[in-house]
Amino acid sequence: MSLRVIRPGLLTTVQDGGRVGFQKHGVIVGGVMDTFAHRMANLLVGNEGSEATLEMTMKGDTWEVTEDTLLAICGADMKAIADGQPLPRWKPVWVKAGTVIQFGVSQHGARTYVAIAGGFQIPLVMNSRSTYVRAGIGGYEGRALQKGDELKADKPGPQAKKLYDFLRKQARVASFYAPDWGIASELMPRYHEQPIVRVVKGNQFDWFTRESREAFFQQAYRVSPQSDRMGYRLDGPLLERIDKSRELVSEAVTFGTVQVPAEGNPIVLLADRQTTGGYPKIAQIISVDLPLIVQTKPGDAIRFREIGHQEAERLLIEREQLIRQARLGMQLKYE
Amino acid sequence: MKDIQMEPMGDQALIIRFGTVIDRTTHEKVRQFAAWLDQHPVPGMVEYIPAFTTVTIFYDPVSLYEQRKTDFSANEPIISPYEKLRLFLEAALKQLSDQPPAAGNTVEIPVLYGGEMGPDLSEVAAYHQMSEEEVIRIHSEGDYHVFMIGFAPGFPYIGGLSEKIATPRKTSPRLKIPKGSVGIAGEQTGVYSLETPGGWQIIGRTPISLFRPEHNPPSYLKAGDRVRFVPITAEEYEAYKEGEA
Repeated sequence: MSLRVIRPGLLTTVQDGGRVGFQKHGVIVGGVMDTFAHRMANLLVGNEGSEATLEMTMKGDTWEVTEDTLLAICGADMKAIADGQPLPRWKPVWVKAGTVIQFGVSQHGARTYVAIAGGFQIPLVMNSRSTYVRAGIGGYEGRALQKGDELKADKPGPQAKKLYDFLRKQARVASFYAPDWGIASELMPRYHEQPIVRVVKGNQFDWFTRESREAFFQQAYRVSPQSDRMGYRLDGPLLERIDKSRELVSEAVTFGTVQVPAEGNPIVLLADRQTTGGYPKIAQIISVDLPLIVQTKPGDAIRFREIGHQEAERLLIEREQLIRQARLGMQLKYE
Repeated sequence: MKDIQMEPMGDQALIIRFGTVIDRTTHEKVRQFAAWLDQHPVPGMVEYIPAFTTVTIFYDPVSLYEQRKTDFSANEPIISPYEKLRLFLEAALKQLSDQPPAAGNTVEIPVLYGGEMGPDLSEVAAYHQMSEEEVIRIHSEGDYHVFMIGFAPGFPYIGGLSEKIATPRKTSPRLKIPKGSVGIAGEQTGVYSLETPGGWQIIGRTPISLFRPEHNPPSYLKAGDRVRFVPITAEEYEAYKEGEA
């Protein structure tokens, strides 16, 4: 299983669950922005864990599939086409060698994930295959994909192998084949240009004036063009601190932290965030809603809604149980 | 340990506050607890970040939830993954002694001061109305303490800069500060571990890489280390560079 880049997209990088365990040395976690789409793509090709996937941003690549490949496309809709036919998302797809796959501009979201059976064969750097462009490490030579790059799959595990054989038999002579089952629509996140994103109070919520706290929940924030894998800058009502001279001693931040620099525009920290920060945190996006924010584009409008901490925990555990059921349900389809 | 506070940071992290201001006593508690975490298993813990006054623990709520189902009897009241971790850590912190942690290593960092490598040395000297040589002497005689690694891979927050050469950040940050640059920002001094934008006053450069992805640990310095800056010549700088390559 392998493919070659004919024309690169805007920003396509190899990512996995991230470089976990090195934050105490200042090493950013990185990894995929949309953990849900990444996990579903892996699950759909029969991968067991968080194998490396390709994360395409805003505009996708064109590839030639150079060996028969089992893949899955999840996340934003980049209108993937192979042999003039649309390729389905949220399903396993068996693709024959020689097929050209063309991705377009993303709709209903900003990032698309492609997993292949076995995961992409990429050397581990600090336990991860994630590309960290700023340090030039991980992923495909520490950078975004370019024309001519060749990517191979690692050896697929028993589940992936079984699914590969199952779909290849169905495909017969067609250039690709997808079954009539995939991720159930009720499990999929509702990517939206004006999402309501749920948060819990940030650690310095009380530092902000009452007016600012109210405005934060009542008005919309627009994603600014200065937004990337490190963080999204938001434009909207300025958030003011009660005591302007009070400084926060730098402490840890995490995926989905909403921090507010002195000028008052909030910044949402994402996959390539730094490990620590010195700006007060007004809110923390709950884990299950992170896919909603990373799939917004500059110009999209976000509204924040507060929920309790225990509810955030409950939502996370429930979603995890649904994912496990989906995995078991899918295995029944080809066993 | 007394006066320790815990609170959630979202649904997958917990922050422990050992104090509110930057001082060596609070930082010793942070280091002592970090050392304890290195030695003891904590249910559900994925990793932790020690900072000036806090330790933040990242955990997997699902695995904590599942441990609850097996560890606790059926009539146990439902508790959240966060609550379970908090109770565990509270018990652990009570048992922690007040003994200071083991001293860190003393690490020498060679620095080529001034010139092209330290374009702001003259500005710092002018600000304090002293000669460039005096700035170098004061900076390299200091006894420094690494409080934390953060901001960028291997980037040390170093305390102990002499007030005599404390200098405000530049009014307009540079877009690119080369890796290895040694700078001053207010009462802090530090070394850029990667090329990044930044507003620090750059007074020199070290040939040593502070972030070494091929090593374990990947950071040259760690919290608790003592640091000494050693002035070197351009020839010595080149020799170090060749040694690293």
